[in-house]
Amino acid sequence: MSDFWFMGGYARYVWPCFGFAGIVLLWNIWSARRALAAAKFRATRAMAMAAGEAP
Amino acid sequence: MTVGAWEAFWLIVHREMRLSFRRPEQLLQPLVFFLIVTTLFPLGLSLRLSLLKDIAPGVLWVAALLASLLSLDSLFKSDADDGTLEQLALSGQGLTVIVVAKTVAHWLVTGLALVLVSPIVGTALGIPTDAFATMLLSLALGTLTLSWLGAIGAGLTIGLRRGNVLLSLIVLPLATPLLIFGAAATERAISGASVVGALYFLAALCVFTCTLAPFAAAAALRITLE
Amino acid sequence: MWTWFYKLASPPHVFGVAVALAPWLFSAAALAIAYGLIAGLAIAPPDYQQGEAFRMIYAHVPSAILSVTVYTVMAVASAVALIWRIKVGHAVAAASAPIGASFTLMTLVTGSLWGRPMWGTYWAWDPRLTSELILLFLYVGVMSLRSAFEDPARGDRAAALLAVVGVVNVPIVHFSVVWWNSLHQGATIVTLEGPKMPGSMLWPLLSMWLGFMLFYGAVLCIRVQAEVLDRERQSAWVREAIKS
Repeated sequence: MSDFWFMGGYARYVWPCFGFAGIVLLWNIWSARRALAAAKFRATRAMAMAAGEAP
Repeated sequence: MTVGAWEAFWLIVHREMRLSFRRPEQLLQPLVFFLIVTTLFPLGLSLRLSLLKDIAPGVLWVAALLASLLSLDSLFKSDADDGTLEQLALSGQGLTVIVVAKTVAHWLVTGLALVLVSPIVGTALGIPTDAFATMLLSLALGTLTLSWLGAIGAGLTIGLRRGNVLLSLIVLPLATPLLIFGAAATERAISGASVVGALYFLAALCVFTCTLAPFAAAAALRITLE
Repeated sequence: MWTWFYKLASPPHVFGVAVALAPWLFSAAALAIAYGLIAGLAIAPPDYQQGEAFRMIYAHVPSAILSVTVYTVMAVASAVALIWRIKVGHAVAAASAPIGASFTLMTLVTGSLWGRPMWGTYWAWDPRLTSELILLFLYVGVMSLRSAFEDPARGDRAAALLAVVGVVNVPIVHFSVVWWNSLHQGATIVTLEGPKMPGSMLWPLLSMWLGFMLFYGAVLCIRVQAEVLDRERQSAWVREAIKS
């Protein structure tokens, strides 16, 4: 099992490599969901303002 | 009296040249910038002239790139500011002819000027005179291509806040092949290797850009003027 | 027969499709990536030349393919939006840009970490690496240009034009290893003689590639919803859509 983590001596390249890839994938999910939440907020606010202005 | 496309082209080129020469100081700015930037490198690196020629092609090209970028802002800006650009667009001539005329005129007063000044700069950087022919040709092709890339960028960024930063951000990535092959051509001329490949590639880039860029630049103007 | 295609021009329809597809795409992506990682990291045999270091291929190559594919999608969507004035195209392009940029960064970093043990350097001014770096600059340029305009519609069109102009870099990235003497390895999967890799190494790679593509699709669905909402804020259908 420790051979797996050791990666034939290349561990200090292989694991940061996959680590960074994982971080990028996670960032994509997080950032996209944040963008959607923000867009929904802006749309709700726009509708509220339009409703508020209508007599 | 309807004006044909060729006539319109020459009229606009003529107008641009007359306007440019009305303010000669404006014409000198990119040239002086070119000279200053090229002197910064030997001063900063304090190399002997014989070693300088190793980095000379790169320095020359980076300086030419930056000097051209500096002048690209003015390609459409003053006409856009006073409404002339809209009048030209409405004139019925077609934006493409107008864009070609303005860009060619712009190259004549900036790119071509850089090419003519380059022997002085080349000597200052230690480039041997037998490499000058290649240097001049590669710079001529390169600055023309750059004027076209700049026309697209300028068309997209007219009137934006910090437009020139964006302009550089847009144009520089597109101009990197130019830089690579232009510097390579001059470098090979200095070391005596065959320059044919690099020059052919530069010429190909130039032709490719000159044929497609007018439409892209006209489209960019249409987006801005809408 | 082509109605499903024409409907894609309608923002509410695209919004609905994105909402429905996202969970499936995420699940499929997770499965493909999980298989790819397990098989690639633990089951595939070590390379006789590169040893265990070759396993970085399972992160580097899929991200590289994606970086270029996403740009192409962005350019095509931009062209569609510019030529036929279909606003959904702008939404897809705007949604794709940050995803593609992140994959390009992933490619550069994973490639750099792979290059250090294999070539002895974290970086080289080699045609493929340079053109991939330029790709990153192009993504950043497109995103910056879009946000620089006060009128979002104009910003969309300007960014779309830049995306289309920049697409010339895509074949350069791809063919750089063919046209120039490159430090970077040449094509090993799509060659005239078929893949140059044994199956045990190839299948995890294909699975990672598929997984990344599905992942892009999934994230795109989320971002497209946001982009469509921003562009269609004033429309009546938005009210219903947000309630969910």
